[in-house]
Amino acid sequence: MRPLEGLKVLDFCWVAVGPMTTSYLAEYGATVVRVESRLRPEVLRSAPPFGGGVRGPNRSAYYANYNANKFGFGLNMAHPQGVEIVKRFAAWADLVTENFTPGTLEKWGLGYDDLCAVKPDVVLFSTSMLGRGGPNSRQPGFGPVLSSLSGMTGLTGWPDRAPTNPYGAYTDFIVPRFAIPTIIAALDYRRRTGRGQHIDVSQLEASLHFLAPPVVEWAMMGREAERCGNRHPSTAPHGAYPCRGDDRWCTIACLSEAHWQALCEVMGQPAWSQDERFATLLARKAHEDALDGLIAEWTQGQDAHDLMRALQAAGVPAGVVQTNRDVIEDPQLTHRGHFVYLDHPEVGRHPVQRSEFHLSAAAPEHRSPAPLLGQHTARVCRDVLGMSDAEIAALMQEGVLEDSTPLPEA
Amino acid sequence: MANESACRPDREGMLSPYRVLDLTDERGILCGKILADLGADVIQIEPPGGNSARRIGPFYRDEPGPDSSLFWWSYAANKRSITLNLHTPDGRALLKRLLPTADFLVESGAPGELAALGLGYADLAEINPALIVVSITPFGQTGPYADYQAPDLVGIGMAGLMYVTGDPDRAPVRVGFPHFYLHGAGAGATGAMLAHAHRTLTGAGQHVDVSCQDAVARALANAPQSYALDGAVIKRQGSYRQTGSDNYMRITWQCSDGHVNFLFSGGAGAGASANNLVRWMAEEGMGDEYMESLDFTQWGYGTITLEMMGRMVPVIERFMRTHTKQELFDGAVSRRILLFPVATPRDICNDPQLAARDYFRQVPHAAFDEPLTLPGPFANSSACPIEIRYPPPMLGEHNRAVYVDELGLQPQEVARLREVNAV
Repeated sequence: MRPLEGLKVLDFCWVAVGPMTTSYLAEYGATVVRVESRLRPEVLRSAPPFGGGVRGPNRSAYYANYNANKFGFGLNMAHPQGVEIVKRFAAWADLVTENFTPGTLEKWGLGYDDLCAVKPDVVLFSTSMLGRGGPNSRQPGFGPVLSSLSGMTGLTGWPDRAPTNPYGAYTDFIVPRFAIPTIIAALDYRRRTGRGQHIDVSQLEASLHFLAPPVVEWAMMGREAERCGNRHPSTAPHGAYPCRGDDRWCTIACLSEAHWQALCEVMGQPAWSQDERFATLLARKAHEDALDGLIAEWTQGQDAHDLMRALQAAGVPAGVVQTNRDVIEDPQLTHRGHFVYLDHPEVGRHPVQRSEFHLSAAAPEHRSPAPLLGQHTARVCRDVLGMSDAEIAALMQEGVLEDSTPLPEA
Repeated sequence: MANESACRPDREGMLSPYRVLDLTDERGILCGKILADLGADVIQIEPPGGNSARRIGPFYRDEPGPDSSLFWWSYAANKRSITLNLHTPDGRALLKRLLPTADFLVESGAPGELAALGLGYADLAEINPALIVVSITPFGQTGPYADYQAPDLVGIGMAGLMYVTGDPDRAPVRVGFPHFYLHGAGAGATGAMLAHAHRTLTGAGQHVDVSCQDAVARALANAPQSYALDGAVIKRQGSYRQTGSDNYMRITWQCSDGHVNFLFSGGAGAGASANNLVRWMAEEGMGDEYMESLDFTQWGYGTITLEMMGRMVPVIERFMRTHTKQELFDGAVSRRILLFPVATPRDICNDPQLAARDYFRQVPHAAFDEPLTLPGPFANSSACPIEIRYPPPMLGEHNRAVYVDELGLQPQEVARLREVNAV
């Protein structure tokens, strides 16, 4: 039996944070029906890379990474009957998920109270940039910009340069850490008590738990942390050092005296550990530029992977600064089956990232690649809503339901 | 499950019937924190000298001490604390007495470390087959790198997040606050809850083996797919983001008093936002005919080429520099533009949205005159609001409640165990 056997999810999520959240549910046995419309295409369907290098609504491997195992349901929410169909779904679903700007569901007449009228114990999961309520509640956004408001951008980069953003839609990948346990906890509460609820996650407020100490430092001490490249406030050496080849780097992080002594041995420079500039931690911090320069001279002719292996074997924490190519080819990630390769009719063969934990009694499932837009509309209407073929055909004809037929060119 | 009978119908948390034994240090500490905030009874089991997370600076008033680490405050609130030395037979015996009361056990030791003490998953499951054991390690329990040491910097680099972050003409940089283990520990909470859902169906526990490298690799957006499909090695681009082999978005911009993030890209939402910015610039007499002739909603998300960027970016840069970050944000809110200020911790503490939502919490603490200011709930719940029920615990604060009141040890026995460094 699968961990989420029997769980029924009506999924309005889009872009990264929502679909990544529901991907875990789909991986472990839930039935997830993903509602989309070709009239307002999901953003990630337009994001590269595309199968064969050709843009198209069903060709994005970025989209495909978060939507395997889900059913694709095409529904025109601008049509009055769209809302009625959602209500029929709501009677079926244990969990409804969405990450629209606050007010969108309510505008459709599908807010939490409306859903409760259909299904009193429904669990509704909402997440938005800044949460429901407050003066800026309806401010739209994506993860790449929210990193700034959550303080992460300002602390990342070099002290003498402009701040830099952590790569990608970064907060989108933080929020699921909090969202999924909360969703499953809410379902457990419902199992025990019979009560549903509305969970509303402000992505800013969840993300701040990844930056809590610096925020508390200002609140309690009136002092602000500043960006400092790769340096550590209390230890050295601690940095990324150049290696042989184009833009290749290896990190070295000595957190203890033993790490430092072992590094000196590997470098063949035991004298450095006695040098008064480097003999103690406080001295190394005081002469960190000189220390980093000497280590960089030693590393720059070496292969990054060989250097990592030699240092790790000697007990020094060190690692290659891996490129996206290295990550795809990484022997450890490969050992864990991190990338699951699926075949998709338009994306082609593509990697999907599985959950980052291995459950000893439950394997993740990758039954099907991400759906084409509207791929399963008719099937879901039949199997879930019990519609007749005639009813489905009529709703398709009226433009309420959408199948995977592309829109005619305007 | 343990404590199910103690389940109260009213005012209970989502996870209040459940107990978590938390053996983690700073590397796994967030996992139990998430479960604690959701209502579980999380007992942080500390060595008699204190959890190493208590020794992470900065310290309140710059006075290092076991109760003054801001890191500890941030990730131990809502937990209880007992001391227990796993390296003594008495300590291990006490842990085994607690196991039947527990639903989860979370640990962040190196692979094999607990097994060497006779406390591996198989040993624990023998005592409590329904127990869920979550192990949080840099690379997982097995594999070629399983025994590698990975402090944050090493881990973020190995997972691929560092290479793509920073300025192109300098070394890659890590995220400015250590996130490697927070991602892994957070994923551990998800694994724990999935295993729990499984247990409600089967009655059996299981082992959850989390890899922090895997967790951070899930924070790479489309970079792995870009290599797999296009053979593109994604580079760090400073204020830009490379979204594919030949595609970019511009993200960070200088303004008159700092920086903002504005997502300059096509796509449904981002394109509408870009159109709105172009209109705003025109209203202020800083418009650009070429940009006004485009409809950015017709472009894909992150599909603008560097050549087009070169044509348009200087115009936007000029506009941004005429405004403060607050002016830009106010304008963005009223015009639905995807723009946020690059906030400092001070800005976050003064954020009007967080203030209007009463986000921050004041938490009284017995060791300090002034209440602690801590981040509020990571989720709002209409049924069971997340609250801070316990301040970050003092070392062994709940020894009496657990050892004497619950397990029935005599106070003299606890004192004796203390003398031999077992608790």
